[in-house]
Amino acid sequence: MSEVAQPASLALAVSRPQTAPFDWRRAVPLLLAAPLLLYMLVFYALPVVAMLLRSVNDPSWTLSHYATLFDDVVFQKTFWITFNTSVTVTLGCLILGYPVAMGLVRAKAMAPFILVIILLPFWTSVLVRSYAWMVLLGRHGLVNEALLALGMIDRPIRILNTPLATQIAMIHILLPYMILPIANALRQIDPSLIRAASGLGSTPFMTFRQIILPLSMSGVAAGTLLTFVLALGFYITPAMVGGPRDITLSMLIAQQVDQLNWAYAATLSAVLLATALAILAVARKLPGVGNAFRTSMR
Amino acid sequence: MILARILPAGVVGLILFFLAFPIVVVAIVSFSSATYLTFPPPAFGLRWYEAYFSNPDWLKPTWVSIWVACAVVVLATFLGTLAALGIARLPKAMRVVAAGLILSPLIVPGIVVAIGIYYAYSRYGLVGTPIAMVLAHTCLAVPFVVTSVTASLSGIDPRLEQAALSLGATPGATFFQVTLPLIQPGVLVGALFAFITSFDELIVALFISGTGAVTLPRRMWDDLRFQIDPTIAAVSTLTIVLTAALMGAAHLLRKRAERNRMATSSAAA
Repeated sequence: MSEVAQPASLALAVSRPQTAPFDWRRAVPLLLAAPLLLYMLVFYALPVVAMLLRSVNDPSWTLSHYATLFDDVVFQKTFWITFNTSVTVTLGCLILGYPVAMGLVRAKAMAPFILVIILLPFWTSVLVRSYAWMVLLGRHGLVNEALLALGMIDRPIRILNTPLATQIAMIHILLPYMILPIANALRQIDPSLIRAASGLGSTPFMTFRQIILPLSMSGVAAGTLLTFVLALGFYITPAMVGGPRDITLSMLIAQQVDQLNWAYAATLSAVLLATALAILAVARKLPGVGNAFRTSMR
Repeated sequence: MILARILPAGVVGLILFFLAFPIVVVAIVSFSSATYLTFPPPAFGLRWYEAYFSNPDWLKPTWVSIWVACAVVVLATFLGTLAALGIARLPKAMRVVAAGLILSPLIVPGIVVAIGIYYAYSRYGLVGTPIAMVLAHTCLAVPFVVTSVTASLSGIDPRLEQAALSLGATPGATFFQVTLPLIQPGVLVGALFAFITSFDELIVALFISGTGAVTLPRRMWDDLRFQIDPTIAAVSTLTIVLTAALMGAAHLLRKRAERNRMATSSAAA
């Protein structure tokens, strides 16, 4: 019997100090989120921050690691290659992605089929997709065999382990990130606008230029920024199919860690992270992009 | 006029071919009977699947990957679902900070996460252990669970929970009998994403799997440095089939949940 009485008296004891009324229900949301927040801090955020701090406290508090980047030829060349690759890949994705997004939105019976073709590579790991391009672009790969058979080349050309191979494989990997936000934006265009335009005598091209393209810009911007940010951090693909001298920022960081050069690796990481965050900060400011971003990340 | 219709369809078809073809080629090469990588294969056979299933050097990493991914599913789904339930009810300022921390692995470049984790975990002697892989992969998988559960929470009609509470259900009973069944598809989708995130992950594995916790992607990566024999094509095809099946299931689950939601909300209205 005393076991039953005890909780009641405890509850009384707790509720007695009326001066500080504490509604435990208000703390429930925080208590639910707390385990994950603590987990993320301990096993992810603090490790990354501790590593990044090596860029300013090695051997003592200093900004010299950042200052030396200004005359660091290796860093500048790597940054340029990374930036250049990302721009090329993003443009490639935009040119190839927009027509597919339009095709996906306009297709009726074919739409599920098109969606599967877009999603199947999307669901395949980056490693497997990079391997697929090793198979295709190799010296005796399918692309070389086809070009030889067509008489366009006399002997196998070198495609694998060149910047071109990196660009092709990265466009292949990132294309769905461009297609899905654009398709989302296109889907939200009121079809009566397009009917009205053609009813008023607009040619299909004029309708595209003056209605479809401007109304899909939020999706284009979201896809472009997402693709670009993801391209900046690529590591596996350029390491597998790229040229031995075409080193991206991520590859340089990995190299420096292998040589236990933590201060330099941390400085490069901070630069890479800051670039990505700066682009995303701009992206959030653009009208409609934040929303398109959120829906496409799901 | 006909050309104007056919041309765009042809262009879209070519780009879709570009998307699908590399995957199809890997699948075809995996059934090759040749001892070396060649396309098209001279004849078809299962020798590379036999090579995979009879080699402990491939099977052991496969089991490590499955074991790690299953542990990640349990940990990430539990922590992520709890957090999603909490975050939805937090005051706005706290919600923004919490969501920022939890979702950040989606945008922080993989190499930065990987070397940060390597830097800290190596100090505590965790490198090369399956535990370290589980701890790290959970951080990468959690954003998918939280976004998936949050999406299904936001679709719940608040009147359903209010009705349960006003009819005398305790908050606990309301959660288990009303909220949980409603978010269950979201939780399942999150769990599937968590599995695939861990199963396919390579960059963190490169740094912290050491020699004691070599996962399947890590084994494939090591192999590709020396040779590209078709065993990897067989392994790749098996992982493509596995991930496509799981992702397809997640996709259908989400679609069905969306349809149900529309049906219930239109019935309520």
